[in-house]
Amino acid sequence: MDSLAFYGVPVASRLLLGTAQYPSPSILKDAIERSQADILTVSLRRESTGGSGGREFWKLISGMGCKILPNTAGCHSAKEAITTAEMARDVFDTDWIKLEVIGNADTLQPDVFGLVEAARELSAQGFKVFPYTTDDVIVGEKLLSVGCEVLMPWGAPIGSGKGLNNRFALKAMRAHFPTVPLVIDAGLGVPSHAADAMELGFDAVLLNTAVAKAGDPVMMAEGFALAVKAGRLAYRAGAIEARDMAVPSTPVFGQPFV
Amino acid sequence: MRLIVNGNETDVTATNFADLLLELGYENMPVATALNMAVVRKKDRAMVELHEGDRVEILVPMQGG
Repeated sequence: MDSLAFYGVPVASRLLLGTAQYPSPSILKDAIERSQADILTVSLRRESTGGSGGREFWKLISGMGCKILPNTAGCHSAKEAITTAEMARDVFDTDWIKLEVIGNADTLQPDVFGLVEAARELSAQGFKVFPYTTDDVIVGEKLLSVGCEVLMPWGAPIGSGKGLNNRFALKAMRAHFPTVPLVIDAGLGVPSHAADAMELGFDAVLLNTAVAKAGDPVMMAEGFALAVKAGRLAYRAGAIEARDMAVPSTPVFGQPFV
Repeated sequence: MRLIVNGNETDVTATNFADLLLELGYENMPVATALNMAVVRKKDRAMVELHEGDRVEILVPMQGG
């Protein structure tokens, strides 16, 4: 049994999917189905008076049968993030929150100081915090100490599609927190990046742009779903050690003409 | 009464938050609300009074990553 749970809630897929930037609602719906994602991220935004985009979007998403993970995307302070989380809980009826406190507008790098501050307050209020963080293990320890039970380190800057920028730090993080659910959040571009993360032992990946902005988002969603499964199987199976020298796989014994 | 609703100056007749949502066409919509940076929960909206110059946020579910 290869199960995964966040805050005691079992999840059916190791691929968490964002819902932004898709070409159309129908493509979003098809991509979600093809990805087999069990957790979808959503946000809260202003809508013009009388607009119906929010209502239509929510009707689509709430009908997918997936778990909802609201985010605090765009918040640049702990206070903004806390208020946004409180508003999200009121409208989405969930105490899960993907906590983002952005420290730099260009890199969208987490402000880890604000992140820990917000995580402490939100955890005290009963939120189940999913912090978007860096690959720094000390920050990870701080987040765990204030109540987080899952960590979501970036693979690379949001939307960059670069894959795992710092495999050394990520491997160290996995080794340092062997029992904490770790989710690679952001920066993945192609399914092999997701497989890479899973082969390193990460428990899941969260992505959005790589699927939504692909030439065929629905096909890419399936590609990522397969890659996540393949990477997880490889991690559990145990990979061979890489060698510098060739080693014949066909038996040498019995070879003719020698 | 003039409020700042989602960043825009807006003249309204509603005097509490629940009536404001009706007046602005948000009835039957899933919305999250805040008044002057403090969350106003669904159950409290009818009891929260509005005053001239209040800053109101009305947010709806949207796509997110």
